[in-house]
Amino acid sequence: MSKPVKQIHLAAHFPGVNNTTVWSDPAAGSHIDFSSFVHLAQTAERAKFDFLFLAEGLRLREQNGEIYDLDVVGRPDTFTVLAALAAVTDRLGLAGTINSTFNEPYEVARQFASLDHLSAGRAAWNVVTSWDAFTGENFRRGGFLAQEDRYQRARQFLTAAWELFDSWRGDEIVADKENGVFLRDPNPGRFDHHVSEFDISGRFDVPRSPQGRPVIFQAGDSEAGREFAASAADAIFTRHGTLEAGRAFYADVKGRLSRYGRSHDELKILPGVTFVLGDTDADAQEKAQLIRRQQVSGQTAIRRLEQVWNRDLSAYDPDGRLPEVDPLVGEHTVARGWASVRMHRDPVAVAAEWRALAEAGNLSIRELVIETTGRQTFVGTPDQVAEKLNEFVQTDAADGFILAPHLTPGGLDEFADTVVPLLQERGVFRSEYEGETLRDHLGLAPVRRAAVAS
Amino acid sequence: MPQHPLRENPSHLHLAVALDGAGWHPAAWREHDARPDELFTARYWADLVAEAERGLLDFVTFEDSLSLQSAHPFEPDERTDQVRGRLDAVLTAARVAPLTHRIGLVPTAVVTHTEPFHLSKAIATLDHVSNGRAGIRVKVSGRADEAAHFGRRQAPRLGAEDFDSASGQAVLQELFGEAEEYVEVLRRLWDSWEDDAEIRDVATGRFIDRAKLHYIDFEGSRFSVRGPSITPRPPQGQPVVAALAHRDEPYRLIGRSADLGFVTPRDTGHARQIVSEIREAQAAAGRADETVHVFGDLVVFLDEDPGAAAECKARLDRKAGATHTSDAGVFTGTPAELADLLQEWQQAGLSGFRLRPGALPYDLEQITRGLVPELQRRGIFRASYEASTLRGLLGLPRPANRYAAAAAAALV
Repeated sequence: MSKPVKQIHLAAHFPGVNNTTVWSDPAAGSHIDFSSFVHLAQTAERAKFDFLFLAEGLRLREQNGEIYDLDVVGRPDTFTVLAALAAVTDRLGLAGTINSTFNEPYEVARQFASLDHLSAGRAAWNVVTSWDAFTGENFRRGGFLAQEDRYQRARQFLTAAWELFDSWRGDEIVADKENGVFLRDPNPGRFDHHVSEFDISGRFDVPRSPQGRPVIFQAGDSEAGREFAASAADAIFTRHGTLEAGRAFYADVKGRLSRYGRSHDELKILPGVTFVLGDTDADAQEKAQLIRRQQVSGQTAIRRLEQVWNRDLSAYDPDGRLPEVDPLVGEHTVARGWASVRMHRDPVAVAAEWRALAEAGNLSIRELVIETTGRQTFVGTPDQVAEKLNEFVQTDAADGFILAPHLTPGGLDEFADTVVPLLQERGVFRSEYEGETLRDHLGLAPVRRAAVAS
Repeated sequence: MPQHPLRENPSHLHLAVALDGAGWHPAAWREHDARPDELFTARYWADLVAEAERGLLDFVTFEDSLSLQSAHPFEPDERTDQVRGRLDAVLTAARVAPLTHRIGLVPTAVVTHTEPFHLSKAIATLDHVSNGRAGIRVKVSGRADEAAHFGRRQAPRLGAEDFDSASGQAVLQELFGEAEEYVEVLRRLWDSWEDDAEIRDVATGRFIDRAKLHYIDFEGSRFSVRGPSITPRPPQGQPVVAALAHRDEPYRLIGRSADLGFVTPRDTGHARQIVSEIREAQAAAGRADETVHVFGDLVVFLDEDPGAAAECKARLDRKAGATHTSDAGVFTGTPAELADLLQEWQQAGLSGFRLRPGALPYDLEQITRGLVPELQRRGIFRASYEASTLRGLLGLPRPANRYAAAAAAALV
C-alpha cells in the first residue's frame, strides 16, 4: 500500500539576531521598521505560507562582558508587531515566541486571546522557557527559577493559560438589544488554579477567540522539551536539518504522542532551515559559499569559538589553527544570553570533534566555524530545492519547514517566486488558502474544550 | 541638540476621544446603531478610529483593565445586561495603527501587575508601527480581584470611602509611587538606545556602536531593571505618557511623571484648582519649563436638535434602570453648547479635552461631524493635521536622550 502524499507546511522566520542574518549586504534592510515586517509577511502570504514566525530574547546578548555588536541587535515587541501585521495580511498565521518564565498566565492569555480575535483566528504561541538570572535582571523578580524547574513552570503556565482560554465556552454573548441581555451566563470566565508556580483565581476578561486557543509551538530539544511537546504542543520548531537526524527526531517525538492519547497528525514537526537558490547547482553552491563567508567573518569565528571554549580567545588568529587549550567547563561566563550556547553539548567533546575536523581538512578557525555552523540546509536550483524539501516531508523527516532567509526583508522573494510554484505543480503545497484560521492551514482539528492534563 | 517646543496656536484646544466598548453609557450597546456583536473584531475598532481621524482629533484612548467590567468599582459583578469582556488595549491600538496615518493612539495599561520591561518595548513598538503616534495611559490597580488574577501579591479590600483614612492614604502612596517608578523605567528604557546607535559599519563588522547603548540600572523599592531595552529608541524618542487623576496622589503623578493628565472637574473653579495642584507638583519636581497638558474629561451625549441628546440619555437611563453618572461630568446638549463649555473650561487652564462618547458610534460622529466643524468655525481647532507624530500634534518637543546628553556633558 503506498502512503498518501503529504502536504508540506511552510513558514517564514523573520531574520533573527544571530549571524545567519547578513546585515552587511547592500540589499539588507531595517530589522525594526514596520515596512520590513510588512514586506516579509506579504511575501509569505502571497506564497500561501502557513505562518510568519518571530523569535524573542529578553536581554541583549553579551560576550566578554560587553553587548555583542557583530550581529543584528534589537527587535520589536512580539505581540505588538503581530497585532499590527494582522492589519496588512488576511490569512497568514502569526506566530510569536513568548517566554513562560518572565510572564504571568493571565496577561499572556489575554494577549493571545486578543491577538486571535484581532487576526480572526491566526495566532500561534511558541512557548519558550529560560531560567537565567542574566535575563531575570530585566524583570521584577529577577532570576527566580532553577534550571531544572523551567519545564515544570512552562507546563504549569500552559495548563493555566488553557484554563483561562477555556473559561469562556464561546456562546455566552448573545447581545440581544431588544431584551437587554448581553450575556447568557452571569459568570463567564471563572477560573481557579492552584499549583506550585501559580495560585490564581477570578474571572478571565477576554471572550473565547476564534481558534479557542492559539496554536502551540515548542522549540526545545532536550528530553523534557520533547516530552512537553508530545504532551501539549501542536507543532515543534526543531533544529534537525539533515535527513537522517530529522527522521530519527520525527520518529522519536511522534512515537511519544500515543502516551498522551494523541494521534500522529496532532503534532507537526517543522525544522528551521536555511536555503540558497541559484540558476545552476554550481551557481547556487558559489553563492552559498559567499554567504557563509559573509555570515562568518574572522571576528565572528573567534566569538563563536569562545562560546564553546568559554574563554577569551581574542588573541587567536581566525586564519590560524584552533586553540590547544581545552574549553572551560562549568558556568558560562564569556557568552551570556545565547540560547545556542546553553544548548551546547559537552564542550570538551565538541572541541575534540572540531580539532579532529580541522586536522583532517587542514582548516583554519574561520573555515572550521563555517564548516560546522554555517552550512545552509538546502542549496541548489529551485527544482533541486523543491525536490529535496518534498523528500524530507514524504520520508518523514519533517511535516514542513520554517524558512529563515539570510536577508531582511527580501530574502524570501525568490523562494516565493520560484520554489513555491514548483511545489504547487507537484501537488504538495496549496495554491490557495482553503481555511480561515491557522489551525485550518496546519490541518489541526478545532480545539476541544476541557483542559489537557499536565 | 536642544529641542524646542513646536510653536502652538495658544487659542487652539486639543481634542481626544476615549473609546470603550459600545460607549460609556452602560445601555449604549442597545442603541439601534450599536454593534455589540462586533466588539471583539478588529473592524469595529478600525471603523471608530478612522472616524476619529476624519475628525482630525489629536488621539484616541483605549480603555483597559485586568478584570471584567463591573458596575461595582472595586469588585466583579454578575450582571448580564451590560457589556462584559474586552480586548487588550495595546494590541487593539497596534491593530489599527497601519490603517491610520495621523491620529495618536493611546492605549491604557495597568502598571501594578505588569512588567515595565515588557510594556516599554510594547509601546516603543507601537510607536515604530505607527511612525511616531504612540502614547500610553498608565493606570494603577488596587483591586483585590485583579491581584488574585496574578497571585503575586495581596491587595487590601478598599472602597472609595477608605481613601482618606491613614491606611487608604498608605495604599494610594504605594500604588502611585510604584507607578512613578514604572514610568521612570519606561522612559529610561526608551532612552537606553541612542538614536544613532545602529551604525552598520561594514569596515569594522559592527552592527551597533555599543557605547550608544546604555544600562539603565534602575533600583527602586519595588523592582529593579538592568536594561538596555531590546527595542531601539522609538521615533518620538519617548512616546507620550498620560494618566487619569481624581485626587492628590495621582495629580502628583501627573506633575512629576506624565506629559498629559486627564482630570474630571465639576466646574470652572474646580478645573482651575486642579490645574494649579498639578502645576505645583510639576514645579516641585523641577519640570516647570516642560509642557504638561491637562485635559478635561467629559462623558458626552450630543445631538444637533436641542433636547434630543438629553432625551437619548434619558432613554438609555430607562433601559439601564438607573441614571448614569460618572467620575467625569456628564454633558448633554448640542455640539455648539458643548463648544461653549469647552471654551469656558479652557479659560481655567485646560489645554484640551478627552470626550467619552455616551454611545458609539453616534456620539463619536456628533463630535467629528458636529463639534469639530463648530470649533473650526470658532477658530480654535485645526483644519488639517499639522504634524505626523503625536508629540507634534500636542506641541511637545522630542525629548533629548538623557544618556546621550550625559555622554556629551562628560566630553566637555
